[in-house]
Amino acid sequence: MHKAWERSGPAIGARAVTKTYGNGVRAVRGVDLDVPVGEIRAIVGENGAGKSTLMKMFYGLEQPSSGEVLVGGRPRVLGGPASAIGLGVGMVHQNLMLVPSFTVAQNVVLGVEPGRRGRVDLKAAAETTARLAEESGLAVDPNARVDEVSVGMRQRTEILKVLHRGARVLILDEPTAVLTPQETEDLFAAVRRLRDGGMTVLFISHKLREVREISDRVSVMRAGSLVGTVDTSDATERSLAAMMVGRDLSLDVDRAPARRTGVALQVRDVQYAAPTGQSLDGIGFDVAAGEIVGLAGIEGNGQTELAEILAGLRRPTSGAIRVGGTGTAGLDVAGHRRAGIGYVPEDRLRNGAALDESIADNLVVDRHDRAPLARRGLLRPRAVRAHAEQLIEDYAIRTPDASVPVRALSGGNMQKVIVARELSAAPRLLIASQVTRGVDIGAMRFMYERLGAARDAGAGVLLISADLTELLALADRLLVIKDGRLVARFDDTSGLTEKRVGLYMLGVERHDHDHITTGLEEVDAV
Amino acid sequence: MSAVLDVVLSSAFLAAVLRVSTPYLLAAFGGLVAERAGVSNIALEGQMLSAACTGALVAGYSGSVALGALCGVGVATLLGLLLAALRLELGADVIIAGIGLNLLASGGTAYAVFTLLDDKGGTSGLKSGSLPAVPLPGIDSIPLLGDVISGQNMVTWLAFLTAPVIAWLFYRARFGFHLRAVGEMPDAAASVGIPVRRVQYTGLALSGALAGLAGVFLSMGYVSFFVRDMTAGRGFIALAAVFLGGLRPWGVFLAALGFGAAEALAVQLGTLDVPPQLVSTIPYAMTLVALAVYAWRRRRQAGVEVAASV
Repeated sequence: MHKAWERSGPAIGARAVTKTYGNGVRAVRGVDLDVPVGEIRAIVGENGAGKSTLMKMFYGLEQPSSGEVLVGGRPRVLGGPASAIGLGVGMVHQNLMLVPSFTVAQNVVLGVEPGRRGRVDLKAAAETTARLAEESGLAVDPNARVDEVSVGMRQRTEILKVLHRGARVLILDEPTAVLTPQETEDLFAAVRRLRDGGMTVLFISHKLREVREISDRVSVMRAGSLVGTVDTSDATERSLAAMMVGRDLSLDVDRAPARRTGVALQVRDVQYAAPTGQSLDGIGFDVAAGEIVGLAGIEGNGQTELAEILAGLRRPTSGAIRVGGTGTAGLDVAGHRRAGIGYVPEDRLRNGAALDESIADNLVVDRHDRAPLARRGLLRPRAVRAHAEQLIEDYAIRTPDASVPVRALSGGNMQKVIVARELSAAPRLLIASQVTRGVDIGAMRFMYERLGAARDAGAGVLLISADLTELLALADRLLVIKDGRLVARFDDTSGLTEKRVGLYMLGVERHDHDHITTGLEEVDAV
Repeated sequence: MSAVLDVVLSSAFLAAVLRVSTPYLLAAFGGLVAERAGVSNIALEGQMLSAACTGALVAGYSGSVALGALCGVGVATLLGLLLAALRLELGADVIIAGIGLNLLASGGTAYAVFTLLDDKGGTSGLKSGSLPAVPLPGIDSIPLLGDVISGQNMVTWLAFLTAPVIAWLFYRARFGFHLRAVGEMPDAAASVGIPVRRVQYTGLALSGALAGLAGVFLSMGYVSFFVRDMTAGRGFIALAAVFLGGLRPWGVFLAALGFGAAEALAVQLGTLDVPPQLVSTIPYAMTLVALAVYAWRRRRQAGVEVAASV
């Protein structure tokens, strides 16, 4: 199909590629890479290791400052995605690049629409999409609007988009971040089928378990350089993690059994009629002081709504919520915080911090009106700075200065600012939503330690996550939410597998109501 | 009250609605194209005004109505491209840039007219003529229908033709397909190799051209001279029609027609014994009411409930 490809040589590769940005940051340093035709190559590395920048150069979104990109056995100059696509390179971005109001088929053909003389033949588009889906085993509904289909189908749409352009190299950037275990398995099956058909696949990830499952070989990047390439069969998660961070580091958490010391949170029969999004129905559970309760579920099944109700951002239609014995009905957000609630929101860019304000200011937003930070209604800048410097040190926030705007920090450090603020308020109950999303392995490890320490210091933690590995590693007890109801409750997480929890997330299995509410004391609505 | 009903039900009123709606329709479609390309065209008003002024002046001096109209539309197109350049090349806030262009147009047209004609009010001293009306032989003898649609200005015909053309462009043509993708998800469009900026420039040029045609109609169809600030907020009302119409071609069509009807009503009621100051507020009052209704409906559909502070 692509006449421009040589008979031999790597499907995609790099020769001494370096990328230096205008501000002097060297994102990629002297990378040499050869990926032969028909291989699934995983590229792993921490955030900021240069994986994304390297992929952008393969896809023409960035141009190397020096060195060469190879496609189809020959050095190429990729002026933009159009020229990469023309050479048979396709990319599925981490943030899916779909037009929400378009149908699946319209998204698949976008940019290369069938039809003559400036017209778009929508019927042909739907037929092409259906045929491609059939051939590749990536099931989609061509005529459904993208904003109305599941995340899994959106991702399959992205891959079909790439296939429709006749790609021979498929770049998948963190494709499993938003998928359930079952969807991940389906994706892997489809990717293997594509490989067997001669496709070369670059699989970007930091989930080492998945990398071991899907890839033929693994290339590890660290601080912009390629540190090495190994056969997957020779690699262990531990050895890969060590290569990624340059030292021995594991995500295994040593957990002493929880020491429960009373009740942090009681939720009884909470109903919530959502104007948009997911409504909640009959939610009831406890979080004890000194334990971590995990909340699993496919995203969009009511986790966001529940977290925002607990944080006081939304009001439940009915039901009772008590934090350490105090009813929260009628309290505003500040009242919820005074009752002892800390909240790490799932979308830190939108709700977690004021991005254009300094680290110091972000660290005092919940306590700026109290001594020692303020006196007689006036802020004391020196105290604010000292407070920030203390937390920057305690939480190992990597920044030159407390006056740096939060926007300038990496994802992991941004999250540390928020976690530092919430945990230093010594909450009775911490609601932590997607606390490690998009942060690197070092920061992840750090968050795990801090959540564990907060638990051991007697806080109750409600950990909401899309990452089952994380939930199973951290949670003392686990709840599963589906369609706004609790469908499972595991009071002992040892021996629980991701696959088994996945069945409850998908609704294949469920616990009965009595099991979920067993042992919950009655609480009067206040 | 019956006097009002007589006015509203007359064929003269229906003909007036078509005539008065013309600038609203064209400007609203201009606004719609820009909005769907992802760059709000706040400068519709200024583009209309510049086109109206340029059209009247060029037609008056050259003696060619066609050349005047062409130059008017051309100037508005250039203003559309200028807005795009300010936004896309220099990163200007699109609202501020739009307001700037509107002020520039208001002051610039008044200055040009005063410099050339030594008249602070307008170009009534200049004989510039107007774009031709289209009589429909055969149809003009049909009662009612003939009175309403025959003899309308050619720009009115163009305005009503624009609706199906825009609908076709948006949903059947490759360009509209790309335009909607660019406006909704520029990153997605760029990632499949669609030249995002070129599409946005084209959209803004088209937007300016449509606003220009609306302006040319005001000074060379509605009347045959330019008056200072003669657009009188029609560009902003058209912008309201864009949102009221839900960013959809036929919705925008109906909204613009509604605003046209309101203005026509104001004009017709002016002949009756109603305070003219009150009557002339009808289009603006209707805009406010319509936007309030729109906001209320939107909040009911998509409002995220956030508990109010106690």
